[in-house]
Formats: sequence, structure tokens, C-alpha cells
Amino acid sequence: MIKLFKVKEKQKELAENANGKPPVKKQSAGELRLHKDISELNLPKTCSISFPNGKDDLMNFEVTIRPDEGYYTGGTFIFSFQISPIYPHEAPKVKCRTKVYHPNIDLEGNVCLNILREDWKPVLNINTIIYGLYHLFTEPNHEDPLNPDAAAVLRDNPRLFESNVRRAISGGFVGQTFFPRCI
Amino acid sequence: MAETSAQLSRSRDLDKLLLRPGPLVDSSFEPGPDLRDDLKEYVKVLVVGAGGLGCELLKDLALSGFRNLEVIDMDRIEVSNLNRQFLFRLEDVGKPKAEVAAKRVMERISGVDIKHHFCRIEDKPIDFYSDFNIIVLGLDSAEARSYINAVACGFLEYDDDDNPQPQTIKPMVDGGTEGFKGHVRVIVPGVTPCFECTIWLFPVQVKFPLCTLAETPRNAAHCIEYAHLIKWDEVHSGKTFDPDNPEHMQWVYQEALKRAELFGITGVTYSFTQGVVKNIIPAIASTNAIISAACALETLKIVTGCSKTLSNYLMYNGADGLHTKVTDLMKSSDCLVCGPGILIELETSVTLRKFMDMLEDHPKLHLTRVSVTYRGKNLYMQAPPVLEEMTRPNLELPLFDLMSKTRKDIIHVNGMAGEGDKKQSCLRKLRIVFKGIDGVTDVDMAGGA
Repeated sequence: MIKLFKVKEKQKELAENANGKPPVKKQSAGELRLHKDISELNLPKTCSISFPNGKDDLMNFEVTIRPDEGYYTGGTFIFSFQISPIYPHEAPKVKCRTKVYHPNIDLEGNVCLNILREDWKPVLNINTIIYGLYHLFTEPNHEDPLNPDAAAVLRDNPRLFESNVRRAISGGFVGQTFFPRCI
Repeated sequence: MAETSAQLSRSRDLDKLLLRPGPLVDSSFEPGPDLRDDLKEYVKVLVVGAGGLGCELLKDLALSGFRNLEVIDMDRIEVSNLNRQFLFRLEDVGKPKAEVAAKRVMERISGVDIKHHFCRIEDKPIDFYSDFNIIVLGLDSAEARSYINAVACGFLEYDDDDNPQPQTIKPMVDGGTEGFKGHVRVIVPGVTPCFECTIWLFPVQVKFPLCTLAETPRNAAHCIEYAHLIKWDEVHSGKTFDPDNPEHMQWVYQEALKRAELFGITGVTYSFTQGVVKNIIPAIASTNAIISAACALETLKIVTGCSKTLSNYLMYNGADGLHTKVTDLMKSSDCLVCGPGILIELETSVTLRKFMDMLEDHPKLHLTRVSVTYRGKNLYMQAPPVLEEMTRPNLELPLFDLMSKTRKDIIHVNGMAGEGDKKQSCLRKLRIVFKGIDGVTDVDMAGGA
């Protein structure tokens, strides 16, 4: 290829003053795939999405879930999504921004959802994750606890769990922990 | 140029490759002293990474007759590097790797010029990369490879028949190691598969379920990840964990140790903590040497044509006995990064809406429910409603204006392709050319992903 390199060297000299290409903004393959995911979103009416940095930054967004059935009916829960440039090779990073009394979400906002970590596959997409999150509110489960206290109450005393959830989302203490109102 | 006998004898072995013909040479091979001199004078190589592979690569390339090298690395030297990154000494700890590596090789090998760049690869303008004839990668992450790959493929241009234009090809040689295992691959954009064509080759990182970490840890790694991912946030609200800060690492180690004791688990050590948190697999000096040697030789072969090159992926596994195999991986023809994309000629007056209608009738596309993105600007989104609304005004604007009046460029679209029941969601790269505009060059951009 050396000969090509030499040719190129000459071309470069000739093209030195010619005006070049437009300013190049690199769009990663991850961004393109995400663009597809987002433009194909088909969300249930209980979920909505927003882009705090405007329409051209899809890599960081928020999803708001307002369950209309189950223990969490009436509450509003916000999740932040952070997408890697090698998405979907790597799963999105998702955190719950609303402090919630939930067996599978801890008080720091970590979420135990299998498809966010151990079961993530590149064929999954943003829509799948949002449905997965929504499912956590309609069917909280005590088998994958991140908040062990809440999980134990759900397992042993669903009625108490229900009233604890009501108290938490209306703004109040459950045990020693205060939950701000999110209705 | 008068050469000393020492210099002559230094290139003796190289001369055997470059001065005489042979049965295995590439079709373009023209042996002779000119070739050796051109190698010194015209060829500029960029080495990405000055770590385990980078040190070896710089030494190997310099000894193989390359004179103009540059190296880029964002890291500083750490004590734990010294067992294998042989260009560094104890007194270098804390200094930039690229700087020290360049200096040491230049001290040892006369006539070699190595420029160093102590920064992130993303910090360099794209033009920086266009200066090199070939890029050799000694990296440790899929993300960095993906970035360099996109940059190198971005220079590639195709002719009207979708053939890559040879003078726009920027070849890459990629090395990688993990303990006893390694790989070497030759990426000639437009000819062999690019990194993105075969990203599935990269193992997905193992991630433990958070609830296992929180509730039922069973091994030392679980305890470490608990301290790192859960306990840290609980205690340091708002402060982000920095894996390069020894105090942070020490804190995680101590917490992991406490947790391991609580659950009767053994095996948490400081170095294992570092390994789990930073996803470090112990590096083996000899694996690095083998992989780098193959990379340097492939670089020489690509540049001079003195022998056929690796086609195109070598895997090396020294873990259980020794196994090595070469696989000719396939290019993905509609790769968004290295593929030609579909050529579409347009009038400058065509609006975005009209353009989207045209895609539906296009014989190669039959695309409906189209969304369009151009260099990070979302021109139109079918969903969600909030973005559809924000991008709707663009529909009535000329695409030429939306593309900053660029005569030729790449645009990406997605939607439903195919007809009838066989509709399938897809993402496509398009090469847009506007008619009736005077251009400086007459080639089509292929990159942009």
C-alpha cells in the first residue's frame, strides 16, 4: 500500500487549500441503534418519556411511570436512563429517582430487574425495559429483594404491605424511613 | 544518505523480506531498496495505547523499520504495570505512559521518531487520525475500539458502484489480550469486516443480579460488587465512586471484607477488589508479546505487501495447552459503520416529507414509518409523541437545508422495510448526493456512524 500512501501525500498537498468537509460529529453505532429504539417506542398510557437535554440527546432520558393498577396506583415514579456508546452491547444504566418503598428497589434507587443486568441481551430494547419496570409496580416480588424489609412484609403480610405503600406514596414514614409524597 | 555499517546490518533481516521477490508476496509487492526507504520516509503509524500491548508494539514496529510513529494514551504509569510494561521504571510511576514509552524507544533505537499524545482518543480532532497510513490498536475496551473503528471507517469513500476507493482506506491492526488468551485482527475498511460488523465477538461483561449482591452473596466477587455498587451510594450519597482513587478502592475493599466475614466467605483481597471493580484480568507478559509481535508483522505486511496478510482474525488461547486458529470473518454488507449505504440523488428543493415518501417507493428500501437522523441531529422521529412534535416542523423544510447545505453526506434512517406480512424493522445508512451543486471533490463519504 506504500504507493497509495505516496499518492495520498501528493493529494494532500494539492487539497491543502481546498475547503474541506463539514464539521464532523461522530454518531456512535450505539446512538443510531438507540435512535431506532426510541422512534419505535410504543408505551402504555401509564408510561411517558422525556429528554431533559433536548431532542438531540437521546443518550440520557427520563421515564415516568404512573401505575393504574396494583399497590402503587396513583403514584408517580421517575427513572433515569443512561445509554453507553456501545449500546446494545451493554445494557442501559437505570436508576429510580423517586424514593420508593418497594421490595425490588432500594432507597438509593438501585433496581433489581434481571434484564438490566444478568439477563440483558442486545436483542432487547428500551421498550422492553420500560415494560419490565412497569411490571415491577404491578407485580412487586419478594423473591428478588433489594429492600429486604419491604420484601418480608410483602411476603408475610400483604395487607400491611399495601398500607405501607399507601403511606409511603402519600408522603410519610414507614418504620424509620421517610418517603416524600409522589402522588 | 551515507549509512553506517551498523545501520546497514540493522536492516539486514528486513532487507531479506523487502529486497527480493517470493512465492507468497502480495500482488502489489515491488521489492527493492526504494521500498525500504519509502517505509522509513512515507509511512506514518499511530499506536493507540501505551500499556502492555503498546510497549511491545512500539518496540516491535521501531525494530521492523518504521521510522515515523506516534502513540496516544490517556493513562499514567502505575506500580502494578512494571512487571510487563517493560519500557517503564520505578521512577516513572505517575508519569504519562505515552511520553515515557516514546522516550525509551527513541533512546534505544536510533533514527526512530515517536511523537506522544497524553490524552483521550476522543479529545483529538478527526483530522488528527486522517494523517496516519495505518492505525495499530493495543486497547482493552470495546468502547475505545468502537470509537477508533468509527473514525477510521469514516474516512472510507465508495464510488458510484459501491466499491471502496483504495486511497480512502485506512487499515487497522487490532490486538487484544486477556490473561492467556488473545486475538489479532486486520481491519481493512470496506474490504474486511470492521469492528462493528462483528461486535458480537466481544463477550458481554458478566453482571451479577443486584438482589444477589444485596441478599445472598455466595462468593468474594459478590461481596466486592455489593460494596462497590450498593454500599458506596448508601454511605456517600451523591459522591461518585472513582476507581482510580486509591482511597475509594481501599474503602470498597474494607467494606467487602466486612461483608465477606458476615457471610463466612473467603477470598476478598485488595488486588482482587481492584480486579472485580475495574474488570481487570491478570495480564501475562508473554501473551502480550505474542499478540504484539503478530500485530507488528501484519502492519509490515499490509504496508509493504511483502507477504499476504492475516485474513482476517487470529485467536490465540494458551489457557489449556495451546490452541490457535485463523477465521475469515464475513463483512456485514449493511454495516452502518463500514458499509457503502444506499446512494440516493436528490434535488436541493426536496423537503424532508417528500424525501421520506421517496424512501417508501425506493426499490431497495420500501421503507415506511421513517425516522431520520443526521450527524447527531434528529430530523424526524415517529415516536414518542414528545419528539414527534418537536421534529414535525422539519417535515416542510428542504433536506438540503437540514443537512447544512452539504452536497454529499451520510444520513441514517429507520422504519419498517419490506412488503406485506414480511415487514421488518430496520436501520439503514444512506449516501445522499444533491444534484446541481459544485463540489470540491467527486467522491462520496461513506463514514459518519
